[in-house]
Amino acid sequence: MKFAIAVFSPAHAPSSRRALRFAEAALAGGHEITRLFFYQDGVHSASANVVAPQDEQDVAAQWRSFVSHHQLDAVVCIAAALRRGVLDEAEANRYQRPAVNLPKPWELSGLGQLHEAAQVADRLVCFGGD
Amino acid sequence: MASSLLIISRQAPWNGPSAREALDIALAGGAFDLPLGMLFLDDGVFQLASGQQPALLQQKNLAANLQALPMFGVEELFACAHSLQQRGLDGSTLELPVQVLDDAALRALIARFDQVVTL
Repeated sequence: MKFAIAVFSPAHAPSSRRALRFAEAALAGGHEITRLFFYQDGVHSASANVVAPQDEQDVAAQWRSFVSHHQLDAVVCIAAALRRGVLDEAEANRYQRPAVNLPKPWELSGLGQLHEAAQVADRLVCFGGD
Repeated sequence: MASSLLIISRQAPWNGPSAREALDIALAGGAFDLPLGMLFLDDGVFQLASGQQPALLQQKNLAANLQALPMFGVEELFACAHSLQQRGLDGSTLELPVQVLDDAALRALIARFDQVVTL
């Protein structure tokens, strides 16, 4: 089955961790993830600046390595990210901000990517939300 | 055929960017001419209340953006009767032309759409 997975919560929220475990299980079960889409506070799950306490799971780092390892299409909503200070190099330069916290493998793009993912996938599974 | 998406908006307009971000999903999908519906549930029905003065909270007015939904082709608009009643809102004086649905109709609505996003 083709899954699109949307994440609406930051790395410290249980739902971000559950989304990651679901994504891992989907691939392990032979399914396909057509796209990961990070929206609302979910953009923080993609931030490279998260520092988890040593005795806790570093879910942001786990997301990063999961996406890189499986070469997944991982889109962070640009409007939601700008609002929350999650910037790639181009946006940090554009708005003259001092830090970049969204290096590869993430891609900043628009909400059209969420709709496209929902069209292509058999299931859109959302985690987080209010 | 394009798969249909129901967006369930559950946050009051003054409760951070959530209501606006739910609306943005609908408007973006409308721009692509996708089959969309939007359901206002729980505190999300406060988005439909008339006579709001968000400027007093130094906030932008969401109502103007909500009015754009039909223009973007999003005409399937719904509100939960129970949520309205709990919050003392009258379904006949809302800012948008929504269909007010009881719990059984809500179940049928959610079942009718291919995909559902709740924010």
